[in-house]
Amino acid sequence: MIREITIGQYYDEESVIHRLDPRVKLVATLIYIISIFVVNNIPGYAFVVVFLGICIALSHVPFKFIVKGLKPVMIILFITIAFNMLLTPGEILWKFWILKISREGLKAGATMALRLTLLITGSSLMTLTTTPNNLTDGMERLLRPLTRIRVPVHEIAMMMSIALRFIPILLEETDIIMKAQMARGADFESGNIFRRAKALVPLLVPLFVSAFRRANDLAMAMEARCYRGGEGRTKMKPLKYNGRDYAAYAIVWLFLAGCIVLRIVL
Amino acid sequence: MSMTLEHVNCIYSADTNHSVHALKDICLTINDGEFIGLIGHTGCGKSTLVQHLNGLIRPTDGLITYNGQDIYGKGFNRKELRGHVGLVFQYPEHQLFENDVFSDVCFGPINLGLDRKEVELRAYEALHAVGFPDEDFESSPFEISGGQKRRVAIAGVLAMKPDILILDEPTAGLDPKGREDILELISRLHRENSMTIILVSHSMDDVAGYAERLIVMDHGSIAYDDKPQEVFKNVRELEAMGLALPEVTYIMRTLKRNGYDVDDTLTTIDEAVDAIVSLYKSRHS
Ligand SMILES: Nc1ncnc2c1ncn2[C@@H]1O[C@H](COP(=O)(O)OP(=O)(O)OP(=O)(O)O)[C@@H](O)[C@H]1O
Ligand SMILES: [Mg+2]
Repeated sequence: MIREITIGQYYDEESVIHRLDPRVKLVATLIYIISIFVVNNIPGYAFVVVFLGICIALSHVPFKFIVKGLKPVMIILFITIAFNMLLTPGEILWKFWILKISREGLKAGATMALRLTLLITGSSLMTLTTTPNNLTDGMERLLRPLTRIRVPVHEIAMMMSIALRFIPILLEETDIIMKAQMARGADFESGNIFRRAKALVPLLVPLFVSAFRRANDLAMAMEARCYRGGEGRTKMKPLKYNGRDYAAYAIVWLFLAGCIVLRIVL
Repeated sequence: MSMTLEHVNCIYSADTNHSVHALKDICLTINDGEFIGLIGHTGCGKSTLVQHLNGLIRPTDGLITYNGQDIYGKGFNRKELRGHVGLVFQYPEHQLFENDVFSDVCFGPINLGLDRKEVELRAYEALHAVGFPDEDFESSPFEISGGQKRRVAIAGVLAMKPDILILDEPTAGLDPKGREDILELISRLHRENSMTIILVSHSMDDVAGYAERLIVMDHGSIAYDDKPQEVFKNVRELEAMGLALPEVTYIMRTLKRNGYDVDDTLTTIDEAVDAIVSLYKSRHS
């Protein structure tokens, strides 16, 4: 049930994309996001879609699995489209009571939906192909210059990696507790909104208790191993760029250039 | 009032490269009043199997019936089924949530839609059955000891008065006394209320003394389904599955190997003591 949620999960496979340095993937994702907002016409979007398609194919992550990850955000997507369609003023196409759909609104809604889908798919491709540890290592390295202005980069990265590590654990726990309460006759699926909210108490209380217990245990384990923050700490596997990482950098910059060209020329 | 599974398969994360075929073509009939021990190595699918029995996991393939009715058939009420088939999860103490022990045990019967009086009566009986002291009914379920939490959690399911009671490793992590108490309680429920029991365990010692039928699972399939004495004859196969015979059976086997004339298929300490004592007497009289 709840374990079907795939957002932020890592999908173990052997592929070029998996082997890329996490810094490359972070920077590439950033550039990719910028490019989504650079393009503004159909050839531009087609270009982005093709690029993303190639990346997905290279990553060996099944397309089905990625689509499944989109499901939970569908609601947000629909709300965005609806608001854009109904609230953008312009040439009226269809009218019912106080609801009006304009040509401009339709266009804005479609663009927004496309952009959001591309955004989410692209960034989830990064998390799907990078282990949480690698991801935070990359983040820590990229942000290291900020330590000069006293940003606690290591601590932030550590918190992120712990948070990411805990997502699957808490999902699993939620699944078990939910089933255990259902075995005692709890019903999470029917009734009006108030009844449903009340039905969540038997789920949330044990979940919080266990989250705090886990946090406590983890803190204890870290202290027992003399963890004392990032200062003077070395890495077991330092990040190192390879040939393919430079090639990947070149490709994403070219991609961004392509998007800019498509916007200016057409 | 029986339960059957026909060619049940369960595959987790089906469309991915880490899919797990957790149950493979399971066929099983659970008759009324049986005491079944379900045993197997870690990850062989015991918990998955028992969660199919009360409709918490839908089989990827196959048919499950309760009293002849398909539990995924049209109009079948699975919530009601969960009142008849009580399942105590592994580490059930993690599901406690109320302010006090008594209310937590009331949760199940309330969900069955019973009236207040009946609910409280059942909760009271269930807590009594598990031997929980009256004076602690008002304490918070988060402040009592681990063994007591386990009892409260079991009472929470007992209070629903199920016909079939399934316990997933109820003795894991308890001290010898706690284990003994819980097993004794389960055996009493079986004897006195003729409840059908399915006891899931890693340990042969736990099930050997109580179960009348033993189901051994191995990598998602049923390897043996027979009387304990029959199952224990397959020593080498069981050991290859990462299981062991009960301690006393090993002792009896060693005795037999060394030329003592004893029955080497005994599985409980009491039987073994009797056998050894009578052998001793026959030699010295
Ligand atoms: N929700 C799930 N999603 C994916 N895989 C799962 C899930 N639950 C169980 N599994 C896998 O299915 C297999 C069987 O698990 P199950 O929990 O039934 O084993 P078990 O016999 O109860 O083990 P244990 O003795 O450790 O409790 C295991 O390989 C496990 O990793
Ligand atoms: Mg289990």
